[in-house]
Amino acid sequence: MPAEIFPTQPASLIKTVALVGNPNSGKTTLFNAFTKLRQKVGNYPGVTVEKKTGTLVLANDRVVNVVDLPGTYSLAVRSPDEQIVRNVLLGRAAGEPRPDMVVCVVDAGNLERNLYLFSQIQDLGLPIIVALNMMDEVESRGQTIDVDQLSRRLGVPVVPTVGNQNKGIEELKQLIAGNVTANYQRQWRMAPDLEEEVEHLVRLLEQHENMDSHQAFAEALILISLGSKLKNDEKSSPLKYFFKEELIGQINAVQDRLRAKGLRSRTAAIEARYDWIKSILKDCVRDKARKGPDLTERIDAVLVHKLWGWLFFLGIMGLMFYTIFTIATYPMEWINAGFNWLGDQVRSFLPAGPLRDLFADGVIPGVGGVVIFLPQILILFLFIGMLQDTGYMARAAFIMDRVMSKVGLHGKSFIPLLSSFACAIPGIMSTRTIESPKDRLVTILVAPWMSCSARLPVYTIMIAVLMPSANNWQKAGLMLLMYVIGIVSACGMAWVFKKTLLRSQKPVFIMELPPYRLPSGKAVVIHMWERSRLFLRRAGTVILAMSVILWALMSYPKSPAAVDSAQAVKHSFAGRMGTVLEPAIQPLGYDWRIGIGLIGSFAAREVFVSTMSIVFNIGKETQEDTLRGAFQSARWPDGRPLFTPLVCLSLMVFYVFALQCVSTIAIVHRETNSWRWPIFQFLYMAAVAYLAAFLVYQAGRLFGFS
Amino acid sequence: MPVNNKQNVLLSQMSVGQRGVIHNFVVESDDCERIEEMGVTPGEKVEVVRYAPLGDPIEIKIRGYLLSLRREEADRIEVTLL
Repeated sequence: MPAEIFPTQPASLIKTVALVGNPNSGKTTLFNAFTKLRQKVGNYPGVTVEKKTGTLVLANDRVVNVVDLPGTYSLAVRSPDEQIVRNVLLGRAAGEPRPDMVVCVVDAGNLERNLYLFSQIQDLGLPIIVALNMMDEVESRGQTIDVDQLSRRLGVPVVPTVGNQNKGIEELKQLIAGNVTANYQRQWRMAPDLEEEVEHLVRLLEQHENMDSHQAFAEALILISLGSKLKNDEKSSPLKYFFKEELIGQINAVQDRLRAKGLRSRTAAIEARYDWIKSILKDCVRDKARKGPDLTERIDAVLVHKLWGWLFFLGIMGLMFYTIFTIATYPMEWINAGFNWLGDQVRSFLPAGPLRDLFADGVIPGVGGVVIFLPQILILFLFIGMLQDTGYMARAAFIMDRVMSKVGLHGKSFIPLLSSFACAIPGIMSTRTIESPKDRLVTILVAPWMSCSARLPVYTIMIAVLMPSANNWQKAGLMLLMYVIGIVSACGMAWVFKKTLLRSQKPVFIMELPPYRLPSGKAVVIHMWERSRLFLRRAGTVILAMSVILWALMSYPKSPAAVDSAQAVKHSFAGRMGTVLEPAIQPLGYDWRIGIGLIGSFAAREVFVSTMSIVFNIGKETQEDTLRGAFQSARWPDGRPLFTPLVCLSLMVFYVFALQCVSTIAIVHRETNSWRWPIFQFLYMAAVAYLAAFLVYQAGRLFGFS
Repeated sequence: MPVNNKQNVLLSQMSVGQRGVIHNFVVESDDCERIEEMGVTPGEKVEVVRYAPLGDPIEIKIRGYLLSLRREEADRIEVTLL
């Protein structure tokens, strides 16, 4: 047991343990093993980085907090993830206690690169334990790692683990309970001239900024690697940190000296660390003779093949959509039936009156209309979780990158956009895999233009009215056209955003292709559960509130003289809003009744259909045929038909573009941590929707269509 | 291997299966730092594993793992062929 050679302290000190590691190192599996299901997912204040915490129960019921920090390759401060990891480990994150200990999870099969991050963390002076994860893969590849030797050379305890088999977890717990202390002497060295300048910077930072020696050293390394002069404003400072004015001058003087000496300071520390790691691994890792290509190479030969790769890619995407649009419909029907049953129960249980109407017509159908998408979301995240955990997701990004780069996006934007065809909510939630904040934002901003399944009912009814006698192929063709309009516009808009609003220095596209692994069922289930919980929480709060508001708008004020629901609706606030709206939407070919439909469908797009059935007074049990008949016989006051083919087209185009979805707005608010972006998105999409519907209708009329 | 046979090419010019040693970055910039942090440092052995089906990005093997980068980035890395 290597732990015995390290000094320990009384056990009461450790309160918080941070889990740190590269992406794909199995960090999350270890976190799950530590915390079982005692987990909490939230956000770090002010940023969109996910914050995962949990509790670990040690012997004698001692409980410590575990923080699962985002997976990163480095502690440099280029992405929000790296920033958070660095700030938490330095005790600079607002509201976060500095961890008392770090468990650094490294992929034993990819030690060289994984130890790079370890070496950076070690500089911060915290007690560290290394979890040498996925040892089983190393053994099956015929490699051996001398763990004791590695532990001695790194200067920290090293525990071999296999996260998904719970191997090594007890040993880690014992070490955490036993309280390892930091006893760190840096062993890697840069060129003497550079070391001298770093030492100088460390002294400056210690004096002027009151940093401890570890913190000062870590910051000094970043400072010497700067290619440009340091300016003292938070935005442009690479450390996102203010320095005193006199210090800035001194730091810049150091940089001038480095430049004058012609020292390669930018990458010196990186190379020195890697050299140190290599020298250690030379003595600790033994490669037995390898026979032939390994499993990952053999799988890749097919899955990234010029022909088979495409077939598999299209096949897996096809399977995903097939499942979402077929298998998911069964539980969706159950949910629908369940909410209908609930509504009926309320109707028979509560006495007639506003309270009954509120629940039966407002709350239950409103929430039900959103919860109904839960099966699709679960299936989507099942697929995404599996694709991610097997390592195929990186391959999909690899294959699609060339296409996505045409509009200035990253290959990783592909899956979120694709997912948005089912529902923009999981699509937007899955943009978390995109590291570059600007690329992520652009993806979020255009994702709702991928026609989601909630638009299907609207498209279906409109197509039925538009071409009642057309065959299924023609109908499908028109439907496809709507999808294509959305896709092409989303690409165009992404390109515009990348050129203007969200222009960034071209980010480096650099992505690890992790080895293929069997996904852990537990991790995938936990992932699905987390996402669904977030979604359901939305349904329980924002959507609930919105459905109450919409119900009130459609029901009040009551019209004493109304004989049917159509008249009652006209008298309501929504009806009045529709009437007020009419002059604005008349150029698109819509009357006040369609206006009410547009207002109603803010809750969710498919609500358009049920709202219209109230407006046209066809009662609750809407048959598509009856609604179609009502649409076809609807007239303007002067007797002209309302739903002309042009109006149907214009309405469909409107629904392609308009962000008629409270849940999406709410999720964009959550994911961007601001109201600015969802409001901007709503407005620009509304403007485009209006303009496009206007063009369709007016240009159509100009060409003599009706 | 004869010494006079050694020549420098850009990583993006290498063909699948070819091996070399990272020589240097053509221009130094912040991006180099990012690439070097992933282990692509001068003196390290590299092998081109494949190009993506559409010809970009490129997949390399370095330090025992697989990494993909766009041709744009590969254009900036000089490699001494082995």
